[in-house]
Amino acid sequence: MRRETLINTILTLGLLAVPLVAWAMDETYAITLATEVVILALAGVGLNLALGLGGLVSLGHAMFFGIGGYAAGILASHAQSYDPIMEWPFLIEGTQSMPVIWLLAIVASALVALATGALSLRTSGVYFIMITLAFGQMFYYFTISWPAYGGEDGLSIYVRDRFPGLNTLDPIQFFGLCFVLLMVCLFIVARLSRSGFGLALNAARQNETRVRAVGIEPYRLRLMAFVISGAITGLAGALYADLNRFVSPVMFSWHTSGEIMVFVILGGVARLFGPVAGAALFIILEEALDGVSDYWHIYLGALLLIVVLFARGGLIGLLAGRNGGGGHD
Amino acid sequence: MSLLRLEHVSAFYGPSQALFDVSLRLDQGEVVALMGRNGMGKTTTIKVICRMLKHRGGAVMLDGQDMARWPSYRAARAGLGLVPEGRRCFPNLTVRENLIAPARPGPWTLRRVFEFFPRLGERAGQMAVSLSGGEQQMLAIGRALMTNPRILILDEATEGLAPVIRKEIWAAIAELKRDTGLAILVVDKSLRELSRVADRGVILERGRSVWGGGFDRLDADKRDRYLGV
Repeated sequence: MRRETLINTILTLGLLAVPLVAWAMDETYAITLATEVVILALAGVGLNLALGLGGLVSLGHAMFFGIGGYAAGILASHAQSYDPIMEWPFLIEGTQSMPVIWLLAIVASALVALATGALSLRTSGVYFIMITLAFGQMFYYFTISWPAYGGEDGLSIYVRDRFPGLNTLDPIQFFGLCFVLLMVCLFIVARLSRSGFGLALNAARQNETRVRAVGIEPYRLRLMAFVISGAITGLAGALYADLNRFVSPVMFSWHTSGEIMVFVILGGVARLFGPVAGAALFIILEEALDGVSDYWHIYLGALLLIVVLFARGGLIGLLAGRNGGGGHD
Repeated sequence: MSLLRLEHVSAFYGPSQALFDVSLRLDQGEVVALMGRNGMGKTTTIKVICRMLKHRGGAVMLDGQDMARWPSYRAARAGLGLVPEGRRCFPNLTVRENLIAPARPGPWTLRRVFEFFPRLGERAGQMAVSLSGGEQQMLAIGRALMTNPRILILDEATEGLAPVIRKEIWAAIAELKRDTGLAILVVDKSLRELSRVADRGVILERGRSVWGGGFDRLDADKRDRYLGV
């Protein structure tokens, strides 16, 4: 077994063991924390596809996270108030069915990623960063000024959405659901990165001119990666809304985009389980240092500096070796 | 009709003119050597053919189709397989991944490339950056073959390689000519090897094609004047 595979297995088992032990000890808070790690890791898995494999430094991924969150929030709030979303030209009602909400979150995020990506990917480097940031902030300010869904105050989901055959109000069952979705997405991303598409995307990051010369158009590849990436982050947003039973414009803010990027960088850019390790480390630090100081982000910043300067493969890279991921250097 | 035809092509790098009047043709199953001293426009001509550089005057035709507005990926999809100067493999991909990434359907498969270059098969899981120069060259040729091209373009394929590896590369080119009927445009400095493999040659001098024909017609005066040998 490769060292990185071993580390990934340990991480998976650890992520599964913590809430199970907490469940046995009736520690609901720890289960909620583990669920938060899983959901934030999922958001990072989405970004990692664009950032790690495609080299697309998107500072607007909160846009997809927020769209997923608001898809869940809006559908749930209409279902709870029995007030249809629209009646003409056809009737659309709210729903509390998680599969329907997830599907809508994925489709909406993917469509927005397609539209914003089609424009953003015509630029590169710092311009790409700025245009994705601008799109994210557009959504942020739009939701702030959208009184129908709470505006700046956000929107509450009074009862967690439902999944057939499960009691999603039970923290361990909701954790299980999120964990399965994370594993499915990790499997999809792992398969994608080894497919011709993923390899061509990786090659385009390494040498765009050379990739064109072998008949591959980087723009289409990157757009496809951006759409899949946005869809995964959108799904994470829908789960996050259900975890907190609340959505607010903060989900769209550049601060959220930055946090998702921090998970990826801390864990290891282009490492499959990088976002999982990064999100876990982030939540552990938040919990451990929040009690020590209100300004715990200072310590996080210092850690990020150390990772960027001395461990560019992130936590996974540090443990597994530099080239284990076969991706970003 | 020629498979590839360049007619009175001119091209610029910004304001600086690199090609003034280049004409050449390449037919199916033919090997043509593009020759000339350093800086005479060989690589620029290849860049124009592969659409990595747009020409300003003249015409570049593939199968009778004008390539003027084609981006480089379209030229590659239409059947131009480039083995660039300096190899330029994707360093952070393995040998297998370098070959799979650009693969398009056709007779050249991963298995066939590994049969053609057994050494690549032995190093399939190794990162391209860790290969020797000769192995990287084989990989660059293999990668071009995986696109299942109609024309293989080799730019200085043996440059900087050990004599024994050069011999292997020339043998591979000869085998491709003999067994596949692929049209090949080859740029190299070794006149001796070129005259063995190529059917015809074209000489570039200061951005102009000044001579073309069979190697039996390449007299000592032209060799001395245009090639410095």
